[in-house]
Amino acid sequence: MSAGQHIEYSGASSARGPLLVIEGVEGVGWDEVGEIHLDSGEVRHGIVLDVHRDWAVVEVFEGTAGLRLDEVRISFSGGPLRIPVGESWLGRVCNGRGEPLDGGPPIFGRERREVSGRPINPAFRETPRDAILTGVCAIDGLATLVRGQKLPIFSVGGLPHLELAAQVAAQSRVAEDEPFAVVFAAVGITHADASDVRDILEQRATIGDIVLFVNTVEDPLVERIATPRIALTVAEYLAFDRGRHVLVVIADVTSYCEAVREVAAARGEVPSRRGYPGYLYSDLASLYERAGRVRGRPGSLTQLPVVTMPAGDITHPVPDLTGYITEGQLVLSQELDAQGIYPPFDALGSLSRLMRLGAGPGRTRDDHLEIAAQLYALVARARQVADLADVVGADALGPSEHRLLEFAEAFRRDFLSQGKVEAHSLDDTLQRAWRVASQLPRRELSMVSTATLDAYYRRREEDGDAPSGPAG
Amino acid sequence: MGVTAGTVVRVNGPVVDVAGMDSVAMLELVEVGEARLPGEIIALERGTATVQVYEYTGGLRPGEPVEASGGPLMAELGPGLVGGVFDGMLRRLAGAPEFLEVGARPATLDRSLRWRFVPVVVEGEDLEAGAVLGSVPETPTVEHRALVPPRIAGRLEWIAPEGEYTVEEPIARVAGRELTLLQRWPVRRPRPVRARLHAGAPLVTGQRVLDLLYPLARGSTAAVPGGFGTGKTVLLQQIAKWCDADVIVYVGCGERGNELADVLQELSELEDARTGRRLLDRTVLVANTSNMPVLAREASIYTGVTVAEYFRDQGHETVVIADSTSRWAEALREVASRTGQLPAEEGYPPGLASALAAFYERAGRVRTLAGAEASVSVLGAVSPPGGDMVEPVAAHTRRFVRAVWSLDRDLAYARHHPAVSWRDSFCRDADALAGWHSLHGDWNWGERRVRALSLLAEADRIEAIAQLIGAGSLPDVERIVLLSGRLLREAVLQQSALSANDAHCEPSKQAALLDMVLALHDCFRRLLDQGVPATRIEETDLAEATRVRDEAGPGDVEAVEAVRGRLLATLGGLL
Ligand SMILES: Nc1ncnc2c1ncn2[C@@H]1O[C@H](COP(=O)(O)OP(=O)(O)O)[C@@H](O)[C@H]1O
Ligand SMILES: [Mg+2]
Repeated sequence: MSAGQHIEYSGASSARGPLLVIEGVEGVGWDEVGEIHLDSGEVRHGIVLDVHRDWAVVEVFEGTAGLRLDEVRISFSGGPLRIPVGESWLGRVCNGRGEPLDGGPPIFGRERREVSGRPINPAFRETPRDAILTGVCAIDGLATLVRGQKLPIFSVGGLPHLELAAQVAAQSRVAEDEPFAVVFAAVGITHADASDVRDILEQRATIGDIVLFVNTVEDPLVERIATPRIALTVAEYLAFDRGRHVLVVIADVTSYCEAVREVAAARGEVPSRRGYPGYLYSDLASLYERAGRVRGRPGSLTQLPVVTMPAGDITHPVPDLTGYITEGQLVLSQELDAQGIYPPFDALGSLSRLMRLGAGPGRTRDDHLEIAAQLYALVARARQVADLADVVGADALGPSEHRLLEFAEAFRRDFLSQGKVEAHSLDDTLQRAWRVASQLPRRELSMVSTATLDAYYRRREEDGDAPSGPAG
Repeated sequence: MGVTAGTVVRVNGPVVDVAGMDSVAMLELVEVGEARLPGEIIALERGTATVQVYEYTGGLRPGEPVEASGGPLMAELGPGLVGGVFDGMLRRLAGAPEFLEVGARPATLDRSLRWRFVPVVVEGEDLEAGAVLGSVPETPTVEHRALVPPRIAGRLEWIAPEGEYTVEEPIARVAGRELTLLQRWPVRRPRPVRARLHAGAPLVTGQRVLDLLYPLARGSTAAVPGGFGTGKTVLLQQIAKWCDADVIVYVGCGERGNELADVLQELSELEDARTGRRLLDRTVLVANTSNMPVLAREASIYTGVTVAEYFRDQGHETVVIADSTSRWAEALREVASRTGQLPAEEGYPPGLASALAAFYERAGRVRTLAGAEASVSVLGAVSPPGGDMVEPVAAHTRRFVRAVWSLDRDLAYARHHPAVSWRDSFCRDADALAGWHSLHGDWNWGERRVRALSLLAEADRIEAIAQLIGAGSLPDVERIVLLSGRLLREAVLQQSALSANDAHCEPSKQAALLDMVLALHDCFRRLLDQGVPATRIEETDLAEATRVRDEAGPGDVEAVEAVRGRLLATLGGLL
């Protein structure tokens, strides 16, 4: 379209952090991508952050390390960053720019799309509904993941959030006859973690319904900003053009945000909270809001981002802004982890806001929402009793309070706990839920209707292994 | 209208510098580039204009043309707004593609629709500005009244006969000016009224904790601050669904798309208890989600309040709900930082406080130009970073609103919904409304409220002690305060948005529930006086008191009174 796209400009006039200033350009647009050739034959990629008359500020994805101003030769593509889309991504392992790491051929597609995507028209959004079953009791039972939802894992360094995210990615499924896919974007993770993730996902990779993007800690910072967008662009195509139910895992969003912060600092922008730029909310929303369903199209895009909270602080801008955009959160607890509980799921801090759209009558099982609400209420009461016991001593507690403490223990050991390669069916999960709830006298289960209690409640004395209800 | 042309010289995200713009005005609307992206002039310096563009500017280059429109950002007003979904610039989203394209510009009102217009004036009359020309049944619930626009007045030279007209066909001629059903108004300027009036009747929200403890008068303002997940959106959506206004303008300002889909679906399925019609038939949705252009988000609260004022001027009681004003403030901040303005608190521009004040000031109960009494009430969510209530948006908002419904994280964690705190909330209309209620037959309203608030405060105080020494060591009089406090919270204040019977509650049932709990409390005290120990009262099964809010229909006072009678009888048996 413009003359600019074929012209090659030589020499940059200055460099600072990942930024280069190119002078004498003509017809170069904002957010346009460029290819940078160096004397060694190396090719880097950049994006235009600011154009003012004939100079352009270019952010270099691979960074500016080792680059001399006079050797820079740059040509612009005539538009924002695009990637090919298609089903050929399935089964592939790529770096954070979408280049194969698996020895396979480069990925082609009939169509190329801008990685920034287009906002879903709110008037055409369809409310999320139906579950993605992860096989993880805590999630399926208490915080059901709904197709079209974005539900982050909030965690702290040292906890098994990456294992959990990978386990969910490996085990998740929808109904037999519905097409499914997983897009896993590893952002700023270590090599060791990356290879663990690849191991966990290996089986799914052989079936070929997963795409894996890996941007490791030593990959260029700026690439980290593109990786989630590339992953989401691939996922959107699979969901909305191909009718698949797509689960996108992004781990770790905190690394992504740190890259955003570092680049903003290099641009000399006025920081807002803790050095993060004031537009971090909108920036994160431009990723998270790509989850959803669109009226008249069969697929869905669901996101499970991982957010590590620096120093465990939930008011840190990354978890805080994430919580404002996502539809709930799954919180992992150091306390449970220390007790050897996996997954260390903090029931009181966790919430799937869309659960009622994915669970319950006509969706999962009639008793699902009731037993989940009951477990939440009991865990909350047990927590109060435990706090009180810390003050007045366990001896001062009454029998009903002791029963609650025993319940809490059973809840951790017999409901939350499971193996890292263990997948539970939904019936299994709910049966475990009833088993721990049934440790308490029937009258304590005030959140459950009489009819549901009649069907599923089992008193302790008849605690065989056979369920008394139709739970099967 | 003179059209000035200029040339792009710099593009920095949504902020674009344009050269050659000599005779343009501040806040003038312009079209930028070959894609004709809409933008607004936010700074002028000799021949260079700084423009904030309402869309993604990827690919925009220096050298591209810019055209000025001759006027500021305008809202298009007329029949077709109610029941529709619009973006922050009031472009009709039903007319846009599934994935929003840059530069696409569907208009607000559908030009092809014909509306039945019934005139109410006769040729030759002298009409004042704002006078009603005729009516259009816009939806089964909202009667749209075509008005003489503000600032136009004079002799009615011609009026169209009853018939069907598009929004662009002439319907009247006043003082030489041809009028249509479609009018425009600059969104950043309040529409004129004849007079501002004092608060009168309450806006009944249907949410007990609000109507009983922190009520709002029609034409008043309220802010709902709360960290994420505390229930701001659910509370505001409940009000949008059930409050007793005529027209609701719901502005989803930088929030979730899925929530808007949900509210849209519910509004089209739910029935208005008063009219038996779809709730969507009284609602205008402005949907500028967090991933839509940030500057259209900035405009969205102004377009929303302009639409509400327009319906107010027709004599309707209107409510504007903005979720969330913090996202709007962040949009202000984003522009300020890109234009190099010196930031004040936390990067926000120095004008933040006055912008917030001006927004809430557009609320009010008024006498319209046409002489009717009508109102705009404004409710805004505040989303403080990290739940920090002293951050600039939360702190300034408190200064300008009549009520704060503060949502408490601990209550929300304990699944006490709506999590409206009785420690941090306030309402400045309560005294006036107590007067209104006693004039309208509820003499006890004010006293009931005061008793409830003091019982809550007393129970909190005792609870704090109980946490240190255990409830068992408290004197009996204090133990029954704990019990009554819990009943008040569980039987009255909690109200599930998901409940079939209790999602909204009529004032009569609200009062009956609170009266029941207060009567039980009085009864506990009498029993103690007569020597019944607190433990026996605590052991009495009072679960029915808590269950009745869900089991009785929204206006079923008798069911509540029956439970009250039964429980008082049971307690009487303890003597
Ligand atoms: N009145 C209510 N009844 C039932 N559940 C509620 C109510 N208010 C809030 N909730 C619960 O809290 C969750 C978060 O509420 P939401 O309004 O989305 O919070 P916020 O807008 O403050 O982030 C909801 O998804 C719902 O589960
Ligand atoms: Mg909200």
